[in-house]
Amino acid sequence: MKYLVMLLALLCVACSPADHSDGQTGAVASTATADTHSGTWAITGGTVYTLGAAGKIEHGTVLIKDGRIAAVGTDVAIPADAGRIDATGKVVTPGIFDPESQFGVVEVGAVRETRDGSAGDSRFSAAFDVAEAINPRSVLIPVNRIAGVTRAMVSPTNGGKRIIAGRGAIIDLGSTEGFIHRDPAAMFATLGESGARQVGGSRAAALLALREALQDARDYADNASAYAKNQRRSYALSMLDLQALGPVLDGKQPLVIEVNRASDIEAALRLAQDFKLKLIVSGGAEAWMVADELAKAKVPVMLNPLEDLPAHFETLGSTLENAARLQKAGVLIAFATGDTHNARNVTQAAGNAVANGLPWLDALKALMLNPARIYGMDQDLGTLEQGKLADVVVWSADPLELSSAADQVFIAGRKIPMVSRQTMLRDRYLQEMQGKQALPAGYIVPAAQ
Amino acid sequence: MRMSCLRATTLALVLAGSVALAAHAAATPPTEFPPGAFPSTYQPLPAQVTLIEHATIYTGTGERIDDGAVLLRDGKIAAIGKQVDAPAGATVIDAKGKYVTPGLIDVHSHLGVYPSPAVESTGNGNEMTNPNTSQVMAEHSVWPQDPGFNTARAGGVTTLEILPGSGNLIGGRGVVLKNVPATTVQAMKFPDAPYGLKMACGENPMRVYGSRHQFPSTIMGDVAGYRQAFADAQAYDREWKAWEAKGKAGPPPKRDLGKETLAEVLDGKIRVQMHCYRADEMAQLLDVAHEFGFTISAFHHAVEAYKIPHLLAKTNTCAAVWADWWGFKMEAWDGIRANLAMTDAGGACAMIHSDDENGIQRLNQEVAKAWAAGLRAGLHISKEHAVMWMTLNPAKALGLADRIGSLEPGKDADVVLWSADPFSVYARTEKVFLDGAVVYDRADPARQSKSDFMLGSFIGPHAAKPDKATDATATATGEGTR
Repeated sequence: MKYLVMLLALLCVACSPADHSDGQTGAVASTATADTHSGTWAITGGTVYTLGAAGKIEHGTVLIKDGRIAAVGTDVAIPADAGRIDATGKVVTPGIFDPESQFGVVEVGAVRETRDGSAGDSRFSAAFDVAEAINPRSVLIPVNRIAGVTRAMVSPTNGGKRIIAGRGAIIDLGSTEGFIHRDPAAMFATLGESGARQVGGSRAAALLALREALQDARDYADNASAYAKNQRRSYALSMLDLQALGPVLDGKQPLVIEVNRASDIEAALRLAQDFKLKLIVSGGAEAWMVADELAKAKVPVMLNPLEDLPAHFETLGSTLENAARLQKAGVLIAFATGDTHNARNVTQAAGNAVANGLPWLDALKALMLNPARIYGMDQDLGTLEQGKLADVVVWSADPLELSSAADQVFIAGRKIPMVSRQTMLRDRYLQEMQGKQALPAGYIVPAAQ
Repeated sequence: MRMSCLRATTLALVLAGSVALAAHAAATPPTEFPPGAFPSTYQPLPAQVTLIEHATIYTGTGERIDDGAVLLRDGKIAAIGKQVDAPAGATVIDAKGKYVTPGLIDVHSHLGVYPSPAVESTGNGNEMTNPNTSQVMAEHSVWPQDPGFNTARAGGVTTLEILPGSGNLIGGRGVVLKNVPATTVQAMKFPDAPYGLKMACGENPMRVYGSRHQFPSTIMGDVAGYRQAFADAQAYDREWKAWEAKGKAGPPPKRDLGKETLAEVLDGKIRVQMHCYRADEMAQLLDVAHEFGFTISAFHHAVEAYKIPHLLAKTNTCAAVWADWWGFKMEAWDGIRANLAMTDAGGACAMIHSDDENGIQRLNQEVAKAWAAGLRAGLHISKEHAVMWMTLNPAKALGLADRIGSLEPGKDADVVLWSADPFSVYARTEKVFLDGAVVYDRADPARQSKSDFMLGSFIGPHAAKPDKATDATATATGEGTR
């Protein structure tokens, strides 16, 4: 009994979403990165896309103080102690928010020991929380943050035989301390072909398994004390899994369902309506076919805009115009390419969505603002507006263009060193190629700052 | 999502490891063995004499012609320059503000052998029943109805080499295709193109066989496997040459299809193209090639080519690479975006490749990223030079540089007309010409081929068509920031 109480207490902590978005963690990390400007930065002269009510500001100033945006505009007083970034001729935007990633839970894809994104064959499903496994020192993080990716949902992936993968956490890619921004931030599950594969049968069986899990979770929530006294029926899931589903049933935590075929999306919509869930569609290859229903139900879609082949029977309707058509129908969209090593290539994907009909500014929002809206984080993120967390990117030119680069990145106000393992490898072998070094390349160690 | 999921699987890792083989020189005769086996039945589509004028032309030879013109006649490039007169009756395209490149070439594709949809019965790219399957030929697995051929064509790809996967040390022969819609693979086969042999370094073969407790289970096992295979082929070759030297008296030696293929490699008729990631392994394989006296046409994937451009240049071996794939396995851990530019700047023949049914649709974008990474590394390579990474250099790797890969009089009229500079993410192909014929036209649905597979999936009464254009498609430009 004592053990049970302790366990419940622990669970309580685990179940309530914790937000760690105050400036304090940022200030600590700033010191750690030898920030000489007390966390005050002025980015001046750039074309600022606020993605907020102020729209586009030419020759604007973005003032960052203590991790947050202190002011944005053309007439901003710059404190004397502020560090300055000249963005004249450049473009300034919020940071990119990857809405579905494996940051910190994968290093080398084929090396099993570095993969922690899935509960796999363990007993757990909904209770699995990927946050516990995240390594903020992953080499993948600098590679992608110096290309403008500042924040990410770390999502659990399906494994074993469970259609509920577990809970994801939103992280800040600019710190090794206090990097968890919200956890748990969403529940992840899969239906369609993948769901059918997990349950070993029809996609209808997968749907039934999800319904059963939700019904059990509701029954458990209503009868927790009876269950503890062994006076309730048995459930398909463990107690921890049922407890983890509580906030999903309360509509407090979104349920992300990976689903692609139009008819599978419709089935997910019915499920969401029956249980009053806050549904997010992931994948959505044929979402454009049911765009009006998605818009009506206010269900957002996280998609890869480059998907245009019938790679599976559930994606026969894939088209490069998926993003444009969903947007036009009023569906909130975000871009998720699913490739965490190259999460940076999402700008290219967005550019292609524009080439296929999506308005440019909407593509920018799909990268930077919409993920924050989808996960209910837009109080803190997604636009360059006073009071928001200072995830800011200074781009050499159009962020979506292939020849553009992020010249400077700030995450929660921290000025990020524009260095990654890849730039260090590059610089080592460039120096060797240039013959400036008599000793082998192994002696050339480029600066890490 | 799909890409990373796939990459986590053995299958995809094997996929992402293929190499193609291109036979050597144009001087050698067709390499079918026996002569005449599996002949091409390719016929160019009907073509009109076409003059494209007022275009910015990237010639594929490293030059650019502003406000230039190119004349396509009888399936060949008839003329190119600042000013070309239109023959009577020619279709004239005013390409002011638009760009022209040679047709794009991909030396590393698995379209048809790992087609869409990816289901068990369609995955025919890896004969993983023996580490040496030099007897198999990719063309016998190619499914011409793969919808990916059509999307690749819409991306400007006119020639592509289909390779077996990289699960084996020696995976078999690749086949070079003209990217035309066809019912049989013979009707796509590039006439008289040299054959390639797919070989693979590193992790894939040792994982496939090592996991079964079979040979090879280590990299040293890999290397011993190549060496023994070529030693056996040498013996086979001697057997046949001895029979020929005796005036072909008596019954000929028994044919061995695998050794026959490797003997042709040793004769220089088939060149090896080899899946190989790491610099140290590429160096080992160059030594193996030296030991047996053959040439490696190109290392494919070659994520560490930037560490050894001098070695590649010295042996006249190309590197065919992605723009930025990395990290999906240990041997891909050191991938960097400047790889292509650094390898080129270091004096080696370098090019882009796809190894991917999505990437092949945007080879120009991959080149643009690689080029931009070079600029940021301080390597000032011109765009007109970088265009060779998707045109002339892959043509060289295929042994077809005298026929395709650049816009020079007498070469095949494989041409792409772009809406804008193909280094821009917003540029799209407008027209794709193959041997002078329009094989894709973005503005003309009658010139947009659909696979048999795609017919009938979305029949009404209520379903919308997946290729329905949106009203917004015309305005594909950035919002004033470029």
